[in-house]
Amino acid sequence: MEILVCVKRVPDTAENEIEVNRDGSDIERDDLVYSVNEWDNYAVEEAIQIVDRVGGSVTVVSVGDEESEEVVRREMAMGANNGILVSDDAFEGSDGKGIAALLKGAVEKGTYDLILTGAQADDGAGQVGGMLAAMLDMTYASVVNYIEVLDNRKLKVGREIEGGNVEMNEIELPCVLSIQTGINEPRYVGIRGIRKVASVDIPVWGSSELGIDAASIGESGAKVKRVDYFVPELGEGAEILEGSMEEIADKLIELLKAKGGIK
Amino acid sequence: MAGQVFAYIIHREGIADDSALELITAARKIFPAAPLTAVVTGSGGNLDAVCNEMAASYNEVWKFDHEALAYPNAEVIRKLLVNTLPGDAVVLLPHNTFGMDLAPGLSIKMDSAFVADVVDIEGLEGDTLNVIRQEYSGQVSTHVTCDISAGVVLNIRAGVFQADESKAAGGQVVDKSGETGDLSAVRKFLEIVEAEVGDVDITKEDILVSIGRGIEDEDNIEIADELAEAIGGVVSCSRPIVDAKWLEKSRQVGTSGKTVKPKVYLALGISGSFQHLGGLKGNPFIVAVNKNPKAPIFQVADVGVVEDLLEFVPVLTEKIQTG
Repeated sequence: MEILVCVKRVPDTAENEIEVNRDGSDIERDDLVYSVNEWDNYAVEEAIQIVDRVGGSVTVVSVGDEESEEVVRREMAMGANNGILVSDDAFEGSDGKGIAALLKGAVEKGTYDLILTGAQADDGAGQVGGMLAAMLDMTYASVVNYIEVLDNRKLKVGREIEGGNVEMNEIELPCVLSIQTGINEPRYVGIRGIRKVASVDIPVWGSSELGIDAASIGESGAKVKRVDYFVPELGEGAEILEGSMEEIADKLIELLKAKGGIK
Repeated sequence: MAGQVFAYIIHREGIADDSALELITAARKIFPAAPLTAVVTGSGGNLDAVCNEMAASYNEVWKFDHEALAYPNAEVIRKLLVNTLPGDAVVLLPHNTFGMDLAPGLSIKMDSAFVADVVDIEGLEGDTLNVIRQEYSGQVSTHVTCDISAGVVLNIRAGVFQADESKAAGGQVVDKSGETGDLSAVRKFLEIVEAEVGDVDITKEDILVSIGRGIEDEDNIEIADELAEAIGGVVSCSRPIVDAKWLEKSRQVGTSGKTVKPKVYLALGISGSFQHLGGLKGNPFIVAVNKNPKAPIFQVADVGVVEDLLEFVPVLTEKIQTG
């Protein structure tokens, strides 16, 4: 099975406090720790496991600036066979539809049976996979937490729905699936793995390679635009307990006793 | 000028989902006076009950009764909406696992704009809709503009808009079952597999000691176990703990886990994503312990402690044990 996995380089929210810069035009990007979007990492692991079972190859593609190459390389160190970087100044400011259009261009330069994305990324929209599928006229399923290859034409696919229940579907290939965290246990990537792929060539495709009309993507083609970032004024918010750790613990115990939080 | 306004109604066993009335309030922030149309799909059974309920709140209810619509398979519903809605429609959906499945592809097939997970709406200026979203797990918000001149699909976060309970629309049900068009789909729904039942039922507990990513290591869970034992509570968790296979799925609080209604909820190292908070009902007394002062959990907690839980919780537990 030929599998393409779409990945994104994002600030790691587990490692960073995200703050808005002075004029609200961006978040403070100095000293941010970046990594591959967590959901995408599960998608790459799933692709590798499927290929281990049924054969084929895994290609990783990322739309982003030149620094996104590092996440493509990291996912190749995990075991993906090929990497592609889709990058061009003209792509900046693309909305979700623009990113999906770029990925469509990348998909059409190859032949894939299965395309995976993460269920969502740093902007929490969870939109690119569904848009890409519709543009390619492929079937789609989101928040997937189970994949079983039935034969070379069909998958059994579980979607995580409300309450932790799973919606089982039968889907014909080719298709696009967005992957939920927890579907597998992504393997650890060590320094040795990174070294192995350090000199592998990763092609960079811009608008000319993709044959994409620059007016349809980037800022000019975007119907949806982020104006600024801000931190909302809190309503009441939490009463923050101050003092030494001992003092805070004493105050908290009093509050818990009053609220029935200590039996 | 954008077109007619539609809301897709999710319903189960003859009862409309809470989102059905929240979408009205959201729509009214865009169009204060425009007529609103509810789209209700299904196959026989309780469909009429849902349609009649919605007619009290929507000016018009489009009923689609068809065997292919017995289960809301997003691929089938997308075909139905593309076949029947005007191309410049404004379509509102809840941002849940169904809305996320349907909306992005729907916006492409209708050639309209799409905004996901809208948390507030500031209004319409000409053809430009101004909305608010959140990014980075709710740590920052963004103002977003959207050109809706050729129509738009909006996914609205659950619970952020008040339900419109006025029920004064006096609307009518229009049976459009004969106009569905082709509803064949490649994706076939098979069955719902229910979540496994665990060793404890966190939905029945009054005191929950809930852990998130801040617990850092499986071995540290005993810190939460000891606190729970000291105060007479039970350990629950957020999604990353289940993803890491450190606790069973039955211990997870959130929209994709359990909905709990404790009296006291201690959130230890939990950032407080809306999916997690969506599983927390009944207005509990919330204590948040998190070393990141920007964590969204502090916006909803009653009391906050900005400390590393790995250092603070053992101090707290010891004081309770000896006190």
